[in-house]
Amino acid sequence: MKPPLNSKTAAQRIATYAIVLLFVVIFVSPFLFMLMASFKPNQQIFSDLSSIRAFLPVGSISLQNYRDVIGSSGIGRFALNSAFITIVTVCAGLFVNSLAAFALARLEWRGKGMVLGLIVVLLIIPLEAIAVPMMLMVAYLPTLGFEGGLSIQWSWLDTRLVQIVPFVANAFSIFFFYQAFSDIPRDFDEAAYVDGATPFQVYRHVIVPLSGTTFATVAIIQGLAAWNQYLWPVIVVPSEGARPLMVGLQQFFRFQTEWGEVMAYATLATLPVFLAFIFFQRWFVQSVMGSGVKG
Amino acid sequence: MRPQWANRGALAFLFGTPAMLGLIGFLVVPFLMAIGLTLTNQKLLSPQDTRIVGLSNYERLLGLTMIRQDSVLGVNGDTGFERVRDVTRRTPRLHGYKPLGQAEFGSTRLVLLARDPIFIQSLLNTILFAVMVVPLQCSLALALALLVNAGLPGQRLFRTVYFSPVVMSMVVVAVIWAFLFNRDLGLINQFLSWATFGKFQPVDWLGNPATAMPAIVIMSAWQGAGLQMLIFLAGLQAIPKELYDAARIDGATAFQRFLHVTLPGLSRTIAFVIIITTIAAFGLFTQVDVMTQGGPANATSTVMFYAIERGVRGQDIAYGSTITVVYFVLIATLALLQQRFFARRAGS
Repeated sequence: MKPPLNSKTAAQRIATYAIVLLFVVIFVSPFLFMLMASFKPNQQIFSDLSSIRAFLPVGSISLQNYRDVIGSSGIGRFALNSAFITIVTVCAGLFVNSLAAFALARLEWRGKGMVLGLIVVLLIIPLEAIAVPMMLMVAYLPTLGFEGGLSIQWSWLDTRLVQIVPFVANAFSIFFFYQAFSDIPRDFDEAAYVDGATPFQVYRHVIVPLSGTTFATVAIIQGLAAWNQYLWPVIVVPSEGARPLMVGLQQFFRFQTEWGEVMAYATLATLPVFLAFIFFQRWFVQSVMGSGVKG
Repeated sequence: MRPQWANRGALAFLFGTPAMLGLIGFLVVPFLMAIGLTLTNQKLLSPQDTRIVGLSNYERLLGLTMIRQDSVLGVNGDTGFERVRDVTRRTPRLHGYKPLGQAEFGSTRLVLLARDPIFIQSLLNTILFAVMVVPLQCSLALALALLVNAGLPGQRLFRTVYFSPVVMSMVVVAVIWAFLFNRDLGLINQFLSWATFGKFQPVDWLGNPATAMPAIVIMSAWQGAGLQMLIFLAGLQAIPKELYDAARIDGATAFQRFLHVTLPGLSRTIAFVIIITTIAAFGLFTQVDVMTQGGPANATSTVMFYAIERGVRGQDIAYGSTITVVYFVLIATLALLQQRFFARRAGS
């Protein structure tokens, strides 16, 4: 990463810095505008627009927009739905995909090459290509319902389940785990087996502890996809009960003219990702670089 | 000696089953269903039974034809052309076709007809989007990567800032930019007006068929470039430093070093980035759904937007599936072509 500093003149460096900062402004200002507008009454958002004030916390600043949004828009329920969907998808996904990758990378069995080949082929099918028929499929899948006693309902539409189950198993995650596990020296497993460990113990006590970064990476990629999911819930969750946050925001945006409240909603929807990004940004960056170079 | 546990096929099967069930149930099965459904007239809810209809969905979707008309003498004595609708009604072969475009050459005119003009337009819109966004986003990403890699103090902070829109939801980004693009109050018009001392006439970015797609292109490139920037950064760091030193000793300017060291060193990365950006561009949906709902006048309707519009909102599962199958064939072909093209370039 060491740059060729020595050849640069001071003027060149200042020019480069100016361009870098210009891009910083371009990338930050929309978010800054969102955040600042979320604290301002509607009238002031309009009057601030023609000046730098649009990006500054000036004038009448309050949390009124947040109070109004939280009080009336159903955002609390949508946020809980999204949190639940994200957490369950990530936890189940980490376990299921890493276990499959363990079988592929560390156990010997017939047909392994074929399964691996299938997973690589599946990498190229995007959700977009199968979303419509999958909607038909989930409309007829059975699930347990609790309305009027325990019963079986024949549809996954309008559930949280339908936003979780299809995304737990993930070809990319398996492949990513597979590559990481394959890089771990075989000697570790052999030693454990000699000591009488079972394969699951090898997975649990040898492979998993050695793969912290890989788990973090996959958790971030799958978690981000689950939290930001939009296309799929638009298709299969038409009503409010199981609606996730991003669909909630889109609906709110469409039928709301109070800019300040929309911005407060958008800020709240972004906050968890933003905080996670600040705290775990090293892994965020690594996740992309790792997946990009290898994938 | 192989440990005995490591040979247990049954155990491997057990470990792999949950993941394989998920992949088969929610990827392979829907994919096969997609192909099968395109040959039927399946609706989501319909009193009629589902029938096999052969390839008629594809005909409905892709049907294109051209007719030639000679001008005729009108009632008032002026010359004109017969209405296209009358021609298609009269000719059995042209039933269900609607005009898509036309060109006049003196006393003849050519009329392009499509069974589903909105799909053809959506397809063209999607291609237009890809043609605009891929070069813009990839070159922006490369520029950002070079800036971050230039060795200035604080480069990690800049990297984080440029990358930040990538982790944000596209819905959030689209909502913010819908305000920025607003005609009367949007910051973009305000800024352009200020920068040109008021000479700039406010543009209704998202409400004008000519500017709606370019506006979505700009926003999409802004949102996504950070991802490709990181991939370029990884590629840049893989180029041996000695090559730059050697070039410098040979007296190469910064631009020559970029042209003869950086670009060739990045060729594989560039190919990869172009492929993933193109494929992502063909899936354009969220921005359109949030900002314009395909309008104005279908100017931002895309293949995926139209698939959801017909397949889900219109409940015509078979037709929606046909659109997504065409979409898949399109991106798979693109990926193959690009890979071959770049493999040959890299090999020569």
